[in-house]
Amino acid sequence: MVTVLEIYQLLPKTNCKICGESTCMAFSVSLLGRKRKISECTPILEVNFKKQKEKLEALLLPSAGAEETGMIVHPELCTGCGNCVVACPVDVANDPKGAAIGCAPTNDKVIFRVVDGKVVASNIKECRRFGKNRVLCYACIDPCPTGAIEFV
Amino acid sequence: MSTCPGCALLCDDIEVVVESGRIKETRNACRRGAARIKGCINRLAPTIDQKPSDIESAIKKAAGILKDSKSPMLFGFSNSTCEAQVKGIQLAKKLGAMIDDTSSFCQGLLIEKILQKKFRTCTLEDVRNKADVLVYWGSDAQDSQPRHLSRFSYFPRGESRQRGYEEDRIAIAIDVRESNTAKICKGHFYRIQPKGDREFILALIDALSGKVPAYEPKKILELAAILKKAEFGVIFVGIGLTYSIKEDFDILVSLADKLPNFQIMPMVGHYNMRGFNENLFKETGFVNRVRFHDTAVHDDKYSIIEALREKSIDALLVAGSDPLSSLTRSLIRHLASIPVICIDPCVTMTSKIAAVTIPCAVSGVESGGTAVRMDGKKIGLSKIIESDYLTDEELLVRLMGAL
Ligand code: SF4
Ligand code: SF4
Ligand code: SF4
Ligand code: SF4
Repeated sequence: MVTVLEIYQLLPKTNCKICGESTCMAFSVSLLGRKRKISECTPILEVNFKKQKEKLEALLLPSAGAEETGMIVHPELCTGCGNCVVACPVDVANDPKGAAIGCAPTNDKVIFRVVDGKVVASNIKECRRFGKNRVLCYACIDPCPTGAIEFV
Repeated sequence: MSTCPGCALLCDDIEVVVESGRIKETRNACRRGAARIKGCINRLAPTIDQKPSDIESAIKKAAGILKDSKSPMLFGFSNSTCEAQVKGIQLAKKLGAMIDDTSSFCQGLLIEKILQKKFRTCTLEDVRNKADVLVYWGSDAQDSQPRHLSRFSYFPRGESRQRGYEEDRIAIAIDVRESNTAKICKGHFYRIQPKGDREFILALIDALSGKVPAYEPKKILELAAILKKAEFGVIFVGIGLTYSIKEDFDILVSLADKLPNFQIMPMVGHYNMRGFNENLFKETGFVNRVRFHDTAVHDDKYSIIEALREKSIDALLVAGSDPLSSLTRSLIRHLASIPVICIDPCVTMTSKIAAVTIPCAVSGVESGGTAVRMDGKKIGLSKIIESDYLTDEELLVRLMGAL
């Protein structure tokens, strides 16, 4: 998991405010939360920061394909076992006669479903990690034996 | 909804999208199941002596081999429907042949005891609705029956297990390595030495009888306490356990006797291995290793391994199995020296050395039928797509006709 400090170390650390944040540290927090893009710090685009910028991009790459909640599913790791489908509290609440009791999902309101042997996520906005009353839910990560689900 | 023939969990909630006669997408099937439903990469073709042929000639040739044989064996059937298995057993009877299947070096021993009612057992629906303590012993369900934990055993809510797995169920793994299943059983993983199952069982029996076990007393007593509290416990017996205690299998019966609230369930790989065991049991009273003379005789020497070691067979018909891929080299030598007839949808290692190959439909995909789930429940298989291939059942009937 990438930390704010790791990001901060790679920024120009001049607190020039060009990015619109009051400090580089504040910008690091926004970068980690995917609220901002690296290119919004124009100073780091200059040649003398080339190496740092590349490092920063590599650091943030895994989260580039993530959903708004930060969820990434690695299809190559997924065995399609369905543990996440049945364990996700949103799926349980939205499909009590299907996913909740281990059966195939019976409606479109679930987050996880298995297609062609691999999990696909939809309705991500329903995820408990998202929205006003968010909680740090691990119910899909913990039951996954292969580490195919990740939040960044 | 279709049934997946990928393993003996026989998931019957699979949706398949078919487009112009081909399978385009599968839903709800795990990766293994999806691959199985999508069919084989290399389709088997009819051959005689490795040369292209046609089905009719191949059947005729196969019948000739079986007629000439003094001591033929029929092997396989764990990936065949019950209907085909019954025909296979009839064929063996007609030929006075030996008949055996993969359960002979897998879970046969356990299934036999279950059919003889030596153990209490239950259905997977019972597990979902009632089970509170689950023991995966010598079994990596997560790998071999990928949807076992999600469909039935651990994750789903059930009638008397409404609060979900975190509060209502305890999953325990006993294994020689930290398998994917063991990873899910965090905090309740008991690692044992290879072949250490016997020692572990004896220690557990001691602990359950109020004695201090000789072996790892602290851990064993802690485990015994969890097991004693179970309202409805299940031990899922994997091949790892069955194999390791095969010389002294009754200690598992003794353990089950000490755990009156527990059920025993075999973990079966091939989708209809249990079906074969049940069908042969119905016919002969044995689950494998049978030779038909005037009556059916059961003996260890009628297992494929012993028969190859003793070179006591002179022809082998293999249906829906690939013994070549799992036998040791010394046994393969005899296998390679006798005529092999291979009935399978796909090219396998065995088909590559076979004197006659006869392709069949993929059961559960190109043909329907019935199969027996690992818990003994009969499940219907559906035909998902049309194909020109004959089923293994039809092929066996034709073969009988050609004799
Ligand atoms: S623009 Fe870059 S250097 Fe300036 S404050 Fe923002 S992060 Fe720091
Ligand atoms: S974090 Fe929780 S709510 Fe969000 S998808 Fe995973 S299990 Fe569902
Ligand atoms: S739990 Fe993991 S491996 Fe299983 S379906 Fe979900 S993402 Fe795939
Ligand atoms: S668990 Fe077994 S039966 Fe179920 S979908 Fe996977 S391979 Fe098929």
